[in-house]
Amino acid sequence: MDWAAIQTVVWTLIKIMVLVVPLMLGVAYLTYAERKIIGWMQVRIGPNRVGFQGLLQPIADAVKLLMKEIIIPSGANKGLFILGPILAIAPALAAWAVIPFTDTLVLADINAGLLYVMAITSMGVYGVIIAGWASNSKYAFLGAMRSAAQIVSYEIAMGFALVGVLMASQSLNLTAIVQGQAGGLHQWYIWPLFPLFIVYLIAGVAETNRAPFDVAEGESEIVAGFHVEYSGMAFAVFFLAEYANMILVAALCTLMFLGGWLSPVTFLPDGIVWWLAKTAFVLFLFLWFRATFPRYRYDQIMRLGWKVFIPITIVWIVVVGGMMQTPYGYLFH
Amino acid sequence: MTYTTAIFYFFAAILVFAGLRVITARNPVHAALFLVLAFFTAAGLWVLLEAEFLAITLVLVYVGAVMVLFLFVVMMLDINLDKLREGFWDYLPLAGFVSVLLVIEMALILGGRHFGLDVMATPAPHAADYSNTKELGRLLYTDYVYAFELAAVILLVAIVAAITLTLRRRKDSKYIDPAEQVKVRRNDRLRIVKMQSEKGPGVRGQDSKGEGA
Repeated sequence: MDWAAIQTVVWTLIKIMVLVVPLMLGVAYLTYAERKIIGWMQVRIGPNRVGFQGLLQPIADAVKLLMKEIIIPSGANKGLFILGPILAIAPALAAWAVIPFTDTLVLADINAGLLYVMAITSMGVYGVIIAGWASNSKYAFLGAMRSAAQIVSYEIAMGFALVGVLMASQSLNLTAIVQGQAGGLHQWYIWPLFPLFIVYLIAGVAETNRAPFDVAEGESEIVAGFHVEYSGMAFAVFFLAEYANMILVAALCTLMFLGGWLSPVTFLPDGIVWWLAKTAFVLFLFLWFRATFPRYRYDQIMRLGWKVFIPITIVWIVVVGGMMQTPYGYLFH
Repeated sequence: MTYTTAIFYFFAAILVFAGLRVITARNPVHAALFLVLAFFTAAGLWVLLEAEFLAITLVLVYVGAVMVLFLFVVMMLDINLDKLREGFWDYLPLAGFVSVLLVIEMALILGGRHFGLDVMATPAPHAADYSNTKELGRLLYTDYVYAFELAAVILLVAIVAAITLTLRRRKDSKYIDPAEQVKVRRNDRLRIVKMQSEKGPGVRGQDSKGEGA
């Protein structure tokens, strides 16, 4: 080991910190935004007591959760009970390594970035399953089983939607995918791949176990689902993972369909501001869904995933393949 | 020892440990989770071999989907370990024979150079911009396209077979056809009856004459 290698390691660690700290702040203020926005949609005020307009509410929540005791049920499988939240948050954070913010601002610019994101996010389900099983509680177990079936089902539709994107961009590198959409609003992949965008967005909501697909928690049927036995910071870690995953899905939507950091009109400069604005918009859609739709019934979720989304994506992949052979192929690069 | 060799031994040690725990863990759920760890570590080793596409696919398919379903089943089974271990000594001679056979086979392949066979030279490492994914895709869809299509058809047959094996129509299931639900119109279910208001107790109103709306 020479100094150069150590320097690289330290520098990478610093970069990871620079990525994770704003992400965690983003998660904290996403919970605030969620409570405020849903409050307004339901003609309520939302949190407004802690700090100006309730702005310190997420901090207060975090401190409260930190102070609480982590209770481990006596019948629980102790090692796996603690491993559950860790396995939930680790993929949610690890996937951010390849997410580009601008042309140059990316932690690891790897060739197979899209594949990496798919592989890492597919591991998020272990946190839920292990937590549900290790809790040794029937409600937690039911939540875990529901979540496992749901996530595996929607991953297929999601994967096919991504196949459409990589056909259009002819690259698995996320930076190259965004650069393929350069040239203004009409060049974004959302237009030629519109059905895939819708499928990806809805499958993203289902993958993150958000309403209206939150049967894994389903508080009216199975109390709180897989995390019913968790308290304090162990519970908070599940919460962090869910919101970090939400931001990740929104960021991927932005990168793959909405032109990432590219400006919608050519006379304005590109920049991270656009990335943030588009991601915030997609996140707003998540919150809007939650305030609008009632929860799906479980068999309806499965039907939507297998009988509606997968056929749509397969048909559209064929359509994209056909279009690429026509003069309209210019839309794709 | 270079940095990559150190990583290789680190991953290999975890892989061997996880593999051993898969067969020695008493709890089947623990065994399945150790299998997940083994797959994940093997993917790490494949990355070292510059096969990043295969490595990521291993994680995506085996860790992300197959093992989830595996765990799903294992968690729901009520496995009695003592019953499983009943025939251990009866099977031991057969198992011993198979394992000796495997060890010999491994020794023949791994120790090839000691038996005077030429060993293939280590392939030259590729540059950082080399895309394993693209190269693999090009080979699969050009040189090996027939074999690839054949494999796809066999898999399709397997899917159809698996579905037909498990498909059973239950007469008593309250199956809902969403298409019919969507097609339902108000007139199919609702009848609006026009009638005059009733005039105090004991007086019956007129029968419904104006049906529908």
